[in-house]
Amino acid sequence: MSTIVTLILLLVAIAGGGWVLRFAGQQATGNAPVFRDMPFAVAFGYVLGAALLLFSIWYFFQPTVTDAGVPNAGVVFFRWAVQFFLMSALAAYLFRLLGRNLGTAGSKKLFRQMPLTASFGVLIILIYAITAIFAAWLAPFGQEEIFARVNVLPGGNEATGGDPMHPLGTDQIGRDLLSRLIYGAQNTVGIAFVTTCLAFFLGGTLGFLAATLQGWLDQVLSRAVDVLMAIPSLIFALLLMTIASAWAGSERWLLTVYMIVIIAVIDSTRVFRLARAVGLNIVVMDYIEAAKLRGEGLGYLIFKEILPNATAPLLAEFGLRFCFVFLTIASLSFLGVGIQPPLADWGTMVRDSSQFINFAAFSPLTAALPLLAAGAIALLTVGVNFVVDWMLHKSSGLKE
Amino acid sequence: MQSVISIILQRLALGLLTLFVVSVVIFTAVNMLPGDFAQAILGQGATPEAVEAIRKDLGLDQPPITRYFQWLGNAIQGDLGNSFAQANFASFAGADTGVSTTVAQQIAPRFANTMFLAAVTACIAVPFSITLGILAALYRNSVFDRATNVTTLTSISSPEFFLAYVLILFLAVLNPMLPSLSNIFDGMSFGERLEKTLLPALTLTLVVTAHMMRMTRAAIINLLASPYIEMARLKGMSPMRVIVKHALPNALAPIINVIALNLAYLITGVVVVEVVFVYPGIGQLFVDSVKIRDIPVVQACCLIFAAAYILLNLLADILSILSNPRLRHPK
Repeated sequence: MSTIVTLILLLVAIAGGGWVLRFAGQQATGNAPVFRDMPFAVAFGYVLGAALLLFSIWYFFQPTVTDAGVPNAGVVFFRWAVQFFLMSALAAYLFRLLGRNLGTAGSKKLFRQMPLTASFGVLIILIYAITAIFAAWLAPFGQEEIFARVNVLPGGNEATGGDPMHPLGTDQIGRDLLSRLIYGAQNTVGIAFVTTCLAFFLGGTLGFLAATLQGWLDQVLSRAVDVLMAIPSLIFALLLMTIASAWAGSERWLLTVYMIVIIAVIDSTRVFRLARAVGLNIVVMDYIEAAKLRGEGLGYLIFKEILPNATAPLLAEFGLRFCFVFLTIASLSFLGVGIQPPLADWGTMVRDSSQFINFAAFSPLTAALPLLAAGAIALLTVGVNFVVDWMLHKSSGLKE
Repeated sequence: MQSVISIILQRLALGLLTLFVVSVVIFTAVNMLPGDFAQAILGQGATPEAVEAIRKDLGLDQPPITRYFQWLGNAIQGDLGNSFAQANFASFAGADTGVSTTVAQQIAPRFANTMFLAAVTACIAVPFSITLGILAALYRNSVFDRATNVTTLTSISSPEFFLAYVLILFLAVLNPMLPSLSNIFDGMSFGERLEKTLLPALTLTLVVTAHMMRMTRAAIINLLASPYIEMARLKGMSPMRVIVKHALPNALAPIINVIALNLAYLITGVVVVEVVFVYPGIGQLFVDSVKIRDIPVVQACCLIFAAAYILLNLLADILSILSNPRLRHPK
């Protein structure tokens, strides 16, 4: 109850502060338009923002260990979050600076118009791609390598149950978690990428085919897609995975292959819709008519005439689709029916280590583990979304 | 007015047709399983005679089309068949284990729980996101707008379990305000139930708010270039009044549409969130049944999810027709 009273008092104080700010500003600047036309809500917002900023700075410099010797976990997590935020902002800024001064005239121009969020997204995608491709060289150990020491705590400090050889510790059967996190990039991102490509190949080809040929083929495909899209995708994927798991039996790698096919088919329905809509706008163009009169074949029409003119919308869709596929795979793995062990993957890691979060108050490092794996998933999708958001904003010419 | 009713009836019929086809798809998918229900119930060491007996008992010796219509007919009457997990040997051996064995009995209480969770989420998320959207449109291109944009984009692109664990970390472990496990049972008071549901509901709110808020903002900003908004501004109205009184009513159609679509999206999101919080809802049951391959339950849950999804999409469709005079009188 007292918390609520304190909160209300705080809000009243901030509201008073807002009024004082506006009044003082009007007096000091001789009624300058900024302060004269300032609505009360805006003044309130300024004071609220300033109060939050001050509180964050004060909280950031609190000691990480209380007088009783217990770690002050809230401060630890807050410091990590703030440090991560500042570091990524700095990295994005430096990366954009680098891009503005290096490379061709075209890429320089691209980087000049880029907002900070988009350059952060590009940076993230680059880092993930490098990690995924060179996982075998970057990871200290193999993903299936088993060590004698199990359940080593993260931190690499012998005194707190860590091991300098395993900075993130080991799991319950003794596999190095840092290596598994790095290999997770290869498996999770790689499988999501393959799935998205497959979905685009399927959906794109069928969509362009339907747009070019029209008639009964278009009707049949469109109605089939309508039906498939009426079932929520995660639910449908789970249903089909049940059946796939019965088919795959004890062959676990086969289940992963089935998963790729299932998710690709489900997601290709969304690609089909877009490809067909874009294709329908293109096939009425004169140059298509000309190509038909020249007697070009269907393959030429689709891949040489339609595809090059549909790249821009398909590329933006590719980013979004990749995010969806990536999240679906992570969710399936988290639920225990996605990528199968012994392959390392982030969704499974989150599920396996989720209980550690309850130890956050005593050992913040241990609790960081599930958050690290889940954060790795979130970071990539956030990065891709930032880039796609910028691309869409740029192509729509939206100014306001 | 006549045309509105006929359009709505058309959409309803189309929705029913879709549902029917979807049920065929689900039934066909399940029938692609190797072996059949009888073998699944009896497991590895089944004698051919026992399998044959159960096949007859369950009507599995009938052709698929007959079985489909039987299943559909029963499903419409609320009889979704028997669950494998609990039917297993007990009911066939004639033993009374005292646990509920029909799928309907298993699903009914969990369905109510999920509905409760969705309702709590909607009550928090809808007002919250519309307010945020209006504020972002009012102070567009300000620091507030940018910050809201980045935050909501981050929350919409994070996986549900990441948001859930972050919330657990801050609201349940570091500051023990809310319980991190939602063990709901019969006979709980409404307050207790609400307290246990709050954390999953907050997670789902984070998931759906972004989309609704961005749509509200975009719909309002789209209208701001219209002459009548210019007129209102020139009259000397305050920006807040211009938006709430003049822009918002005309932006309602897309906003209502996106709300209904997001409620439909909740249905998918609910699966992961229920698993994280061990919330006894239909999503948790679905995932558990998928893992042990309890086909009748999987089938029934799938049908319920699909029906809810189709219904909410239909609702979005109808509401956008009703709120837009141009769609109401098609040329």
